[in-house]
Amino acid sequence: MDFNLTEDRQMLSNTLTRYLAERYQIEHRNSIAYKAPFHDPSKWKEMAKLGIFSALVNEADGGFGGAGADIAVVFEALGHALSCEPALPLLMATRLLNAARQNQAALLEGTAHYAVAIAEPDAPYDLSDITAIASDDHCLSGRKTSVYGGNIADYFLVAARAGDHLNLYQVHATDAEVVPYGLIDGGGAAEVLFDNTKAKLLIENAQSSLKDALDAGTVALCSEAVGMMDVTYQITIDYLKQRKQFGRPIGSFQVLQHRAVDMLTEIEQSRSITIKAASELGGPNASRYASMAKNMIGRSARLVAEEAIQMHGGIAMTWEYAVSHYAKRLIMIDHQLGDTDFHLHRVMGMLNST
Amino acid sequence: MDLNYSTTELAFQSEVQEFLADNLPNHIVSVVRAGDGLTKDMMDEWHSILKKKGWLAATWPKKFGGPGWTPVQKHIFEEEYCQAYAPRVVPFGVNMLGPVLHKFGTKEQQDTILPRILSGEDWWCQGYSEPGAGSDLASLKTQAERSGEYYIINGQKTWTTLGQYANKIFCLVRTSKEGKLQQGISFILVDLDTPGIEMRPIRLIEGGHEVNEVFFTDVRVPIANLVGEENKGWTIAKYLLSHERTGIAGVGFSMQALAEVKTIAATIKRGSKRLIDDPLFAARLAEVEIDLEAMKITNLRMLFRAQEQGSPGPETSILKIKGTVINQELRDLARRALGPLAAPFPGHFGESNILFGPPDTAFNAARYFNNRKASIFGGSNEIQRNILTKTMLEL
Ligand SMILES: Cc1cc2nc3c(=O)[nH]c(=O)nc-3n(C[C@H](O)[C@H](O)[C@H](O)COP(=O)(O)OP(=O)(O)OC[C@H]3O[C@@H](n4cnc5c(N)ncnc54)[C@H](O)[C@@H]3O)c2cc1C
Repeated sequence: MDFNLTEDRQMLSNTLTRYLAERYQIEHRNSIAYKAPFHDPSKWKEMAKLGIFSALVNEADGGFGGAGADIAVVFEALGHALSCEPALPLLMATRLLNAARQNQAALLEGTAHYAVAIAEPDAPYDLSDITAIASDDHCLSGRKTSVYGGNIADYFLVAARAGDHLNLYQVHATDAEVVPYGLIDGGGAAEVLFDNTKAKLLIENAQSSLKDALDAGTVALCSEAVGMMDVTYQITIDYLKQRKQFGRPIGSFQVLQHRAVDMLTEIEQSRSITIKAASELGGPNASRYASMAKNMIGRSARLVAEEAIQMHGGIAMTWEYAVSHYAKRLIMIDHQLGDTDFHLHRVMGMLNST
Repeated sequence: MDLNYSTTELAFQSEVQEFLADNLPNHIVSVVRAGDGLTKDMMDEWHSILKKKGWLAATWPKKFGGPGWTPVQKHIFEEEYCQAYAPRVVPFGVNMLGPVLHKFGTKEQQDTILPRILSGEDWWCQGYSEPGAGSDLASLKTQAERSGEYYIINGQKTWTTLGQYANKIFCLVRTSKEGKLQQGISFILVDLDTPGIEMRPIRLIEGGHEVNEVFFTDVRVPIANLVGEENKGWTIAKYLLSHERTGIAGVGFSMQALAEVKTIAATIKRGSKRLIDDPLFAARLAEVEIDLEAMKITNLRMLFRAQEQGSPGPETSILKIKGTVINQELRDLARRALGPLAAPFPGHFGESNILFGPPDTAFNAARYFNNRKASIFGGSNEIQRNILTKTMLEL
């Protein structure tokens, strides 16, 4: 047993962390996160050059990583910096393009953006609820909602129903109706509407590829949350030491001490379940552990976000203060790829399996 | 024991309902429903409609032009008011400074200031908190020094809600450094037009502008603007905190939020199922409903006791703690229910008129974030617990 990162991953982590600490500080992040294009294109290219995206893909497909642990390392660092770059759609696209045996050089070099269009207004989380439909000659109709990175995408990878199964299609962004917008927690997305829109069939019967992309995305989001919770916790602890009321640091009040300890406990638990989910990715139990992780993150991220604000008092309610932005992202992660209850249902459904 | 309203109370309830149906403008209701920010004009418009009816200053005694309602009547009013999606009355003049002047103001202050609060000519804001003095309000440092017929004020206030619309501010200032911190504080009225005052906006977590910082540099304020005696401001501040506690539980607003969440959950679909038929979501909602039903009665019991004893007791801190938690829980559900549809930054859709979720839900995530303030201001929930520990537990 060894919980240390391999040398390669440690290096990956150090490289990305150092890069973000120098080039992607919170003030910069906040200056780009809330106005179009809702990310920083030049930083995106730099990260591609650093090889960060290739770390998300295995060697056979032109990368040098691709395991759950690689994904965890990258997204934890991104979460730490509160990155609003469209790395999640990129990761999910690599999984799908791999499965479809498509070339992804442009994606990994950062020259083409792909967005993954699965969720719909009435099918926010569950693949089996999808109603977007494909005709026999591969024309799509339907609406995809909250497509992360959809505001800047060149291509959409779209899950649509064909008869009694789900296929995966690729659509040129210019062929669809795209309504771009910014997100309350920073970053961009789009509503994407298809009306007999021509598409290319990538994967026939794509259920298991889609599940894999969702599981990988879920591990990524959980890792991102762990990175964000670490920062939020640290800022909170520092503030408890430094802020004085009634002539003493507020950190000397036992009620706040105990609640900070509860935060720490939940963060450690979240880190553990995320490590487990990352290690199961690609295996037969991937979905079960991804759901366990996402359920726990849904609970812990809310606790950490709300307690961090409360224990700061008014200051963390302000746009100026970094915690407010971490808190927004921590809360809104529960609205992506399945919320606490959705994943709890999935774990409940598997109580009898081992 | 009888949980029903008396016939007079029921008649009063119908009167309130009728008034709201006839007088509450639709364009205001739609903004309140959506949870969007009201403009100053809308607040002023509603202020004058209530004023005309004589119901603006619901908390004022009859002799100062209030309706002379009992606590139960105030409660009925609040309940109906929220049900109708009427906007909150801006509290700083009407519900804060008004009662202070009734008790501590000179005749002249009462005669000149109170009518201008009612007419809406003056918009007051509250200058208590400072960067270094939040929960520990008594440590405030903004200084007022006597110089002839004036005080010269230097320092900084912060978190000044709706200060951007105000022309006046009531402040707690330090007039003495002798003795206990509480003994050197005075309550003073300041014209925001006075030279040396600068107001700067603070942007809140969800992006809105509702609070401000106010800087004072050698601001000259006539001595006549002092309320009560010099160095007795703390008594006034405490009076204000304990005086008006009707509505502190926010029961009306929570009832409104509960109804909203039910509507959303019955509209939102997860596949072919309505969200409200999902047992996990339904369980969350049912639990808050139980808490709220209990809180309605807790609130009424405390109102009743206040009516019997003449003043509310320290146990009203229970209303603040639990009331805000219930409301925050409901705002959590209202956001959660929308799933991915809650994610857009409201107002970022440009020309598109594509619908996101059920009507009036575009601000649900923003409202959830903004409402985290409820357990922080007006004495944080931690401070309320400290009060209960001291006054009720005798530990
Ligand atoms: C949106 C908003 C609007 C506001 N509007 C106004 C306004 O119009 N006018 C005005 O004057 N003020 C206003 N306030 C200020 C508000 O009253 C203060 O934020 C509040 O008093 C808390 O002070 P603080 O923010 O400095 O937090 P702090 O007092 O620094 O508290 C930080 C944390 O420590 C905890 N804490 C402090 N002391 C203790 C203790 N003894 N035991 C246990 N825990 C403790 C607090 O509960 C909190 O969790 C507003 C605040 C907000 C957020």
